[in-house]
Amino acid sequence: MSGHPAKELLIDVVARLLEGVRSVAVGVLSPIAGSAAMLAQSRAAGAMQVQIIGSTLATYRTDGGVDLFDAAGQGRIDAFFLSGGQIDGRGNINLLGVGDYPGTTARWSGSFGSAYLYYLVPRVILVREEHTKRTLVDKVDFISAAGTSPPNVHRTGGPHALVTGRCLFMFDKARGRFRLESVHPGESVASVRENTGFDFDCPDTVPETPPPSAATLKAIRRDIAPKIADPYPKFAAEVLGYTVPEAAQ
Amino acid sequence: MAEILPDVESLAAAIPDGAMLAVFKDNGVAMEATRALIRRGARDLHLVTVPTSAFQAELLIAAGCVATIETSGVTMWELGQAPAFVRAVKSGAVRIRDATCPAIYAQLQAGEKGIPFMPLRGLIGSDLLKVRPDFKVIENPFGPDGASDPIVALPAIRPDVALFHVAKADRRGNVWIDRQAELRSLAHAAHASYVTAEEIVDHDLTGHEATAGATIPASYIAGVAHAPNGAWPMAMPGRYASDTDYLARYCQAARSAEGLARWLAGEGLACHAAAE
Repeated sequence: MSGHPAKELLIDVVARLLEGVRSVAVGVLSPIAGSAAMLAQSRAAGAMQVQIIGSTLATYRTDGGVDLFDAAGQGRIDAFFLSGGQIDGRGNINLLGVGDYPGTTARWSGSFGSAYLYYLVPRVILVREEHTKRTLVDKVDFISAAGTSPPNVHRTGGPHALVTGRCLFMFDKARGRFRLESVHPGESVASVRENTGFDFDCPDTVPETPPPSAATLKAIRRDIAPKIADPYPKFAAEVLGYTVPEAAQ
Repeated sequence: MAEILPDVESLAAAIPDGAMLAVFKDNGVAMEATRALIRRGARDLHLVTVPTSAFQAELLIAAGCVATIETSGVTMWELGQAPAFVRAVKSGAVRIRDATCPAIYAQLQAGEKGIPFMPLRGLIGSDLLKVRPDFKVIENPFGPDGASDPIVALPAIRPDVALFHVAKADRRGNVWIDRQAELRSLAHAAHASYVTAEEIVDHDLTGHEATAGATIPASYIAGVAHAPNGAWPMAMPGRYASDTDYLARYCQAARSAEGLARWLAGEGLACHAAAE
């Protein structure tokens, strides 16, 4: 079984960002995050709980819609994933649209749970594969959820990292800015800078993102693919080369 | 007490034009009742999605039934954007009240308790507060002395009508909601709940331990209609999966206003049996 190297790399990168986390929840439309959470869980030897919205597998099943938000409010969820049609250098995300409100140039689905979970889940990992000046902007047109808050605002959560098709950024909460952590194979600091619409911190030397090991690729294709196919059959088939057996459909 | 209605058309006739109509997300979607609402020419609905919607909101908007939508998101999921929703919001044909998922749940919880508002964490710094002046920032009255602790107060939602689909109802109008616990808040908050059911059973669902815990008593239900395959083309967990081919055909047709009009005049409003 063959896979899709670029996506498998992202799954591996996200899985490493989940090390040490006890409780992970995965929202809708997040097949890479879901696969990464499953991978991280398999490495954690039973010390990580994973809930995947949309999964019907008993292991990953959520306790209904409202429970996730209540649990996050109490601090029971350590990690979650968000994305954005636009993400800016202050960690603000926009899931709503472009142009004057309510989105006269482009209108997307809506803000979903972002305006709440971004504030309350300590380790929110942003995953946005398209890394261009169109998606990574200086300032979002609409703030669905803010990257940082004034000190008097109750906030236990926020951005931890931004994983794109070109690189990994870590978010520096104190500075309210992203720092380039590693560039994926084939990319450079220059190519990242050229395609990023916001200013970011950059150390003198930036390592290359290590590719997934043979064991990791095997785990993704053999163990993860059949499980992520439950909520995401299209992703499992097209990206991980796994087709759900006819009888199981 | 709940009325057992003769058919889905009678249920749609009981939901008036202009009503604030609350519908539930992707499991337990009353699609046959939605098509009946469109067939009867429903107009000016204030649609509240709990907390998001896919094909149900899309279809009601496509057919011109909706004046206002209050939602955390409308999407066709893996199939991409909801085309009629996007067009209607961009053009202003439908007024949008953007929300966030836990806010809608919290607003319904205030509604079911009969209290005016519910506080919720998060939201401060989001532009949602700019476009939703009814979401207000207040000070935590129980905060530590002298220290500021702003928190958002959300107004209660009490829909005129809630509409959802379940696997089983009984002849008294008790409805079994399986794992969809949020439907209980929705039914409690709404002034009238109309429910379609895959099957209507003869025994009392509140009389059996196995079903009683997940049953909304008939006292909260205004009317029930039998609607086999009533969620199609959306999924009914444990019974049938979503009809992805059909939904993909819809998305293709609805790319243009003309294609959408042709689709609505053709297979769009046919019931499940006729479309098979």
